[in-house]
Amino acid sequence: MQFACSEIGVHSVATGDAAKIVSAERIIFPGVGAAPSAMEYMRKNGLDAALRQAFQNGIPILGICLGAQIILDSSEEGDEVCLGLVTGKTLRFRLQDRQLKIPHMGWNEVKVVRSHPLLESIREGDEFYFVHSFYPQPAEESNIYAVTNYGDDFCSALGYRNLFATQFHPEKSGRLGLQLLERFASWDGVIPGKLKHSGGR
Amino acid sequence: MLSKRLIVCLDVRDGKLAKSIKFVDTRDIGNPVEKARQYYEDGIDELVLYDITASREKRDIMIELVEKVASQIFIPFSVGGGIRSVDDATKLRMAGAEKVNVNTAAVERKELISDIARAIGSQSTILSMDVKRVEKSREIPSGYEIVINDGTTPTGIDALEWAKSGENLGAGELVVNSIDADGTKEGYELNLTRMIADSVGIPVIASGGAGEPEHLYEAFSQGHADGALVASIVHYDEYNCRQLKEYLSSRGIKVRMNY
Repeated sequence: MQFACSEIGVHSVATGDAAKIVSAERIIFPGVGAAPSAMEYMRKNGLDAALRQAFQNGIPILGICLGAQIILDSSEEGDEVCLGLVTGKTLRFRLQDRQLKIPHMGWNEVKVVRSHPLLESIREGDEFYFVHSFYPQPAEESNIYAVTNYGDDFCSALGYRNLFATQFHPEKSGRLGLQLLERFASWDGVIPGKLKHSGGR
Repeated sequence: MLSKRLIVCLDVRDGKLAKSIKFVDTRDIGNPVEKARQYYEDGIDELVLYDITASREKRDIMIELVEKVASQIFIPFSVGGGIRSVDDATKLRMAGAEKVNVNTAAVERKELISDIARAIGSQSTILSMDVKRVEKSREIPSGYEIVINDGTTPTGIDALEWAKSGENLGAGELVVNSIDADGTKEGYELNLTRMIADSVGIPVIASGGAGEPEHLYEAFSQGHADGALVASIVHYDEYNCRQLKEYLSSRGIKVRMNY
């Protein structure tokens, strides 16, 4: 993640320090591992409260992979209660087609369904790198910004106010992924044309 | 739907790029960091850095090289060669490798696969297997045997059985490398690849033998592979990644074309 930031000329610090998170200019929240252990770690270190505070303060936040899942109310992974920054649940893939393997791993198309400043450079057929067995399902459709097909369409990018999150890994998605990170680096946290109180909580 | 992956393998010896021909002759063909960046820009979907001397000489793995490569390419990237412990795997992950390949050490001690999968996740744990065609027998019913130590030591283990065990132990992906096809440029071992791909629920990467774009098409259409490993076909500038992908796309294989 930090190599990707360097590549686009952005200074970044990897930290688990709540104070640094609240005072950051912007936050990338790249989750690794499983929802229960991630939530446990965050609660133990006060990072859940820090992230909530940062979100309320309007700091632009980019969640990636697990970071796109645990911002919702709960996850089917270990039936874990999560951060609840955006209403919705993280669900396990239930695929009918036995040819489809889990995890969903590799390059797949991201279809933009609603315009967002971070997705502006994405064109039809653009692919990003995924590796996951669970996916975010926001309760409000207006918070879904992109979908990807794996058996069915699932939400591959969501947003609410100053928070944006991708199930795919922009830092592993070549030039197109770096472009998204560049857009995040200059995003003011506002989604033009969005009503202030639409969607989420 | 997922695209089929084109994966370039950089065999590294003493920190320099090398391509083995049937694992015996190796010749130096350049700087791996520069080559990796070039392939990345050219649209390769994934890269493997393989230390071909590590397991034989028990050399420590090339953390420094991994960091340099990871700072230059922004696609998934795996490392193999000489990984003998959870600690080796964790260090490589920290240095920026998305996945690690285990091979010889996993055959010698199969718990290594589950231990690494527990530490860094199944999706980051790749079982790489070197396979040689043999007479079918009671021990080797599939007619394909696992060999270790860079192809020098037969093990008496059936390749199909080993692939299934690897999946059960927690490997998230299999690289099936045919010793017979490696370096020949006569095409992948399609029968072996298909047999394994049809028997496991994890992605299978075909390895060894690519010499023509047609061979890649065969790996996907007949070998049922999820990805195909290439080396000499691109290392000597016979073809570049875009040409290979354009060819595959024209034959109806879904590959990533926008990059």
